[in-house]
Amino acid sequence: MQSALDPAGEEASQVATLFWVMTIGGLVIWALVVLLSLYASRWKREPISEQAAARLIPWAGGVLPVTVLTALLAYALWLMPSLRPFADPDRAGLRVEVVGSQFWWHVAYRRPDGTSVISANEIRLPVGERVEFSLTSADMIHSFWIPALGGKMDLIPGRTNRLSLLATKAGTYRGQCAEFCGISHAHMAFPAIAMEPADFEAWLAARSRPSEGLGANQAGRGLFERERCGSCHRVDGTQAQSTAGPDLSHVGSRLTIGAGLLENDVEALERFIVHPASLKHGSRMPAYTHLSADELARIAAWLKGLQ
Amino acid sequence: MSEVASQERDRKAEEEQLRAVWENPSGWRYWTSVNNYQIGLWYGATAFAFMLFAGLLALLVRAQLAVPENDLISADLYNQAYTLHGTVMMFLFAVPIFEAVAIFLLPPMLGAREMPFPRLGAFGFWSFLIGGVFVCGSIFFGAAPSTGWFMYPPLATSEQAGIGADIWLLGLSFIEVASLAAAVELIVGIMKCRAPGMRVNLMPLFAWYLLIVAGMIVFAFPPLIAGDLLFEMQRMFDWPFFDAARGGDPLLWQHLFWIFGHPEVYIIFLPAIALLAMIVPTFAGRPIVGYSWIVLAAVGTGFLSFGLWVHHMFATGLPQISLAFFSAASEAVAIPTAVQIFVFIATMLAGRVIFSTPMLFAMGGIAIFVMGGLTGVMVALAPFDWQAHDTYFIVAHLHYVLIGGMLFPVFAGLYYYYPLIDGKHMSDRVGRFAFWMMFTGFNITFFPMHLAGLRGMPRRVYTYPADIGWDWLNLVSTMGAVVLGIGMFAVVVDVTLHRRNKPRGEQNPWNAGTLEWISEPEENWGVRSIPRIESRYPLWDQKDLARAVRAGEWYLPDASEGRRETLVTSVLDAEPEQVLRVGGTAYVTIVSAALLGTVFVALTFKWWIVSGLAGVAFVAAVLWWLWTGTGEIPEQEEKHIGHGISLPLYASGVKSAGWWAMFITMTGDGTAFASLVFGYFFFWTIHSDFTGGLAGPGAFWPLAALGLFAAGWATTVGARELNRRGAVFAARALLVAGALLSAAGCGAALTGPWASGMDPTAHVYPAIVWILVIWAAVHGAVGIIMQVYCLARSLAGRLTPRHDMDLHNVALYWHFMLVTALVTFGVVGLFPEAL
Repeated sequence: MQSALDPAGEEASQVATLFWVMTIGGLVIWALVVLLSLYASRWKREPISEQAAARLIPWAGGVLPVTVLTALLAYALWLMPSLRPFADPDRAGLRVEVVGSQFWWHVAYRRPDGTSVISANEIRLPVGERVEFSLTSADMIHSFWIPALGGKMDLIPGRTNRLSLLATKAGTYRGQCAEFCGISHAHMAFPAIAMEPADFEAWLAARSRPSEGLGANQAGRGLFERERCGSCHRVDGTQAQSTAGPDLSHVGSRLTIGAGLLENDVEALERFIVHPASLKHGSRMPAYTHLSADELARIAAWLKGLQ
Repeated sequence: MSEVASQERDRKAEEEQLRAVWENPSGWRYWTSVNNYQIGLWYGATAFAFMLFAGLLALLVRAQLAVPENDLISADLYNQAYTLHGTVMMFLFAVPIFEAVAIFLLPPMLGAREMPFPRLGAFGFWSFLIGGVFVCGSIFFGAAPSTGWFMYPPLATSEQAGIGADIWLLGLSFIEVASLAAAVELIVGIMKCRAPGMRVNLMPLFAWYLLIVAGMIVFAFPPLIAGDLLFEMQRMFDWPFFDAARGGDPLLWQHLFWIFGHPEVYIIFLPAIALLAMIVPTFAGRPIVGYSWIVLAAVGTGFLSFGLWVHHMFATGLPQISLAFFSAASEAVAIPTAVQIFVFIATMLAGRVIFSTPMLFAMGGIAIFVMGGLTGVMVALAPFDWQAHDTYFIVAHLHYVLIGGMLFPVFAGLYYYYPLIDGKHMSDRVGRFAFWMMFTGFNITFFPMHLAGLRGMPRRVYTYPADIGWDWLNLVSTMGAVVLGIGMFAVVVDVTLHRRNKPRGEQNPWNAGTLEWISEPEENWGVRSIPRIESRYPLWDQKDLARAVRAGEWYLPDASEGRRETLVTSVLDAEPEQVLRVGGTAYVTIVSAALLGTVFVALTFKWWIVSGLAGVAFVAAVLWWLWTGTGEIPEQEEKHIGHGISLPLYASGVKSAGWWAMFITMTGDGTAFASLVFGYFFFWTIHSDFTGGLAGPGAFWPLAALGLFAAGWATTVGARELNRRGAVFAARALLVAGALLSAAGCGAALTGPWASGMDPTAHVYPAIVWILVIWAAVHGAVGIIMQVYCLARSLAGRLTPRHDMDLHNVALYWHFMLVTALVTFGVVGLFPEAL
């Protein structure tokens, strides 16, 4: 699920092939060098002439590596432009903006018609369509990486980097921050879900409207408002509109909470709300230890209902 | 008969005198020794101790990662442990161990009595010890750096980085100064202190490699020092060099860090190859095959290593065309590396190999290193690196390179050269046991990491989830680390419990051909007399050489004036030029190092007054050191060194060792300055208006400063010329005028940005202008101290028209100062006007 050797994307599969070619070639070269050294170390052996030994140096140390490396370099450089073909910025197509923060991901899907869907800590993309990511950071340097789909790209404050990925196989893959970004760097992950294009369109359409779960569990919603969760979080269709923390509009339908930290269920939501920093160091969300078990259960139930 | 007996007596007396001159002080004063054997041993033992400490940190890291979701140690301690592990291994072990080995081995290997600047070597050692203990000790207070050994901003410039970041920046800057000092000493030693006749093409390969590496240090460390300066200015005073919100850019640090960081890898690796280049011919029983090939390959590696740094930045979003260029350059470095490996294989093929313990470590190292080199070829390709970058694949790769290419050769060197320390061998049985434990333990630890990385495990994570295919790989790695640790421990036991009762072995137990095997562990003088060298392997080719050297039949067999002396020879042909008197036992080295250490430690805690006072005391100590220990006027002009040769005891200008030291130091200094100028233009390239709409320093004050500094330069050069012609009073007057003009220059330099109200915390443009101007002004101030120093020397009769080395060196400093002023004021004053 997080393996570059089990590719489900165009770039990942090309690079996996490159890897196997180089690994097999590398092992052959390594074995030859080691065997030659072992032979050279034998006492029971006639020394070869100095001229013959001297000839070995430019051939084995010069000509051979030049040949192999030139071929390898040509292969890799030929691959490069085709792996990440960046579209004309004006071209119509789905663009996903990702903003990294300690230790979560803000995600915005920008559709060609100008509408947007805001989400967090989960990436969804259609199979067979090239998706362009635009990446930046709100604080530290992070790196966006879904090994099964392709290589990584850094999120750097003050800069916007682009990455283009093409998923070839539907499934759920794990992505993770690859640049050390602070104390909970290890807990800055996300699920990436490649869906059939029709499913993806349906999913995106559903996400562009407020969740139908808003009306259920009204007590939980009241507590959410009373505790001013909206001063950091956004829930589409409510007063809560801040994007200082992760968007929660359809949080109930996400696979994980805490950016890949816990499987998403009511119990996990309760645990996270009570004391976020004990599960995830450096989390800026305050603890809600003053809430009663009943109150917690209500908030969690309401959030889980935001499908 | 009686004539022979009296000759014998003379020899004995001569030897007694020489021994007395080179003797170490006793009791606690032993620690004031500056002799290369003592400094080399202390340096090496300290670096080794730091390596063991960093190794324990690695075991802590492995213990935490043994099982998923482990809570053995906290995330914070984990981050401190891995940051310190990398930092200590790189800065406190890998580079210093070679400076140690070089200081220990080079004098006898080159046929010299001593390094040219023994006190500088001692100063470097004490700085290293103080800085290293400070950096390592921080973890016991939970204050160690915790943002990775590469210290990327904005994380490392943020509040979250805590005092650990300052400890890293200041502690290591201090150690980098020590490394530069050692590099200066090594370059001058190798270029100017070789035995007569040891032309460059007869130099032992170890000396060649160390010359290349020391040269690389001079160009690679200064960019990091410049980066540290910018970094610390941001941390202490909020100058926004790396803050994107105020025009800065975090990528500037990555460029500066890796312009240092990549050559650093080869600075570590080449000296290890140098050890193999000494060991392999000995055990193959023949001279190296392809001497010119290996020297050319080493030089080529050195050059190429400066053109590869961007391969550490393939995922930062740089244009694909530059990725392609740096991919190609990174592949290219594999070629000289392959040449070096095949030189060893060719030498073995052309000889008959005795497979001793040092050879075991050497061959094991090569097997591991070649694997690391091949994965290096893989990650050099940008598309593969996009996957592998910042994963455990890289962790595996870099450990294969560094442990195979550096640690194993160091252990080979330890087993090979140990007899030079006390005349005894280390245990062969323990050595073989240690080798096999280390070799298998290493591979069990690091091989699975390739797979863990490709399965998506990023570096620097303190824990990982259970169900994503990393568990067993990590468990295996941790078990391997324990085996590797046992192997290392066996070597430690072998070194520390070294059999004292064992009899002294032969002088040249491996029957090696190079000159260092002449040196006797019981003596401090390097070589009893300095021979004329006619071969790359003098002990094999020059019959009777060892006996004649030890019998004192060669050059400079005595120390009749009771001074420590060595020969200075010409750079290319090693023709004798001068008898150099080197510094002896001194406290001033320890005092200076302690004071400079205080400056840096106090800065860390923002104790400004302590730091300022220590700074003043440090300058005073260095001036005292120079005044009493350098540029001394000898009691006679020339000295007989035997065989009818008489050499001067004093030299100034290009012929003196001090002039070369100044030249090399200022080359490094100029590189740091160039890095700051690079920063200025870097900001210009990334912004459409890099001034941020803010006022610049104008053209008037910068040009005034330039004019005044140019006058300061002209008066200094004029003073040197007048003094040489005997116009001592005119020279003194010019020095006074020069100091005044330069002081005015410093004032004008600072007035420019001051008068325009440039606020360095507002935006990166004023900040970079201020830093350039301050750099020039501080160098101007140092120039003034030098001018006044020469004036005082002249007045005290320590600088005369004939003995004018100080003025030559100061004029050389001012040449560099003139370039600094031209560039600084041209850039800050005229460049914005030209836009």
